[in-house]
Amino acid sequence: MTTIDPTRTLVIEREMPHPPEKIWRALSQGQLVEEWLMKNDFQPVVGHRFNFRSTPVPGWNGIIDCEVLVVDPPARLSYTWVSMGLESVVAWTLTPTPAGTHVRMEHSGFPSEESASFKGAKYGWQSFIGKLEQVIGRLE
Amino acid sequence: MPALADPVFKALADPTRRAIFERLARDGEQTVHALTSSAGISQPAVSKHLTILKRAKLVGHRHEGRETHYSACPQALAPLADWMEQYGSFWRDRFDQLENLLKRMDK
Repeated sequence: MTTIDPTRTLVIEREMPHPPEKIWRALSQGQLVEEWLMKNDFQPVVGHRFNFRSTPVPGWNGIIDCEVLVVDPPARLSYTWVSMGLESVVAWTLTPTPAGTHVRMEHSGFPSEESASFKGAKYGWQSFIGKLEQVIGRLE
Repeated sequence: MPALADPVFKALADPTRRAIFERLARDGEQTVHALTSSAGISQPAVSKHLTILKRAKLVGHRHEGRETHYSACPQALAPLADWMEQYGSFWRDRFDQLENLLKRMDK
């Protein structure tokens, strides 16, 4: 069963009282993106490779490698998101509403507990805590 | 067990501290007062737990008037966190910042 590698998706949706064109600028102009997300060399061009750069913390170099997948102004924007060897995809969808714009962000490709990459390299938060409790229980 | 020397591990080994950290990660910034009302322990006890979480860099704080606001720093968990939880907190925070930027932007 090694070929099965199920993944999970994180979805965040918000209604924003701004027109899609304005939100599109905030999502696609590098300098504006830096103001709310991270330093970057993003270009709204399909196939463009770029990085997001954040302050490194122990265990993470602060760099996210990306490639632009979809540019469809002012409605859809998508790029790959590779951090610490974990490959995922971020997809933005802007839908006009009477009051402004419905903003949907889908971040997909997270390894599930059944997936090989999860078992190989990553600890689940809960399983980590469970193991830690066992260790501490034995010490006491 | 050298890992147990790590303040992050020690900080999260305690279920009360874990609950405080999870509350901050889930609900965003809180005052000690708000945390105390939900933790079921005294305010000095909550403050003590927050000090240990801050030492592990799992929690940050800022002063506003007489109040101190505490927030989770989930990036401290980067090597061991569940990706979904970590990114959920990350993106909610970024959405807030995006909305702040939109308010500042010209039409």
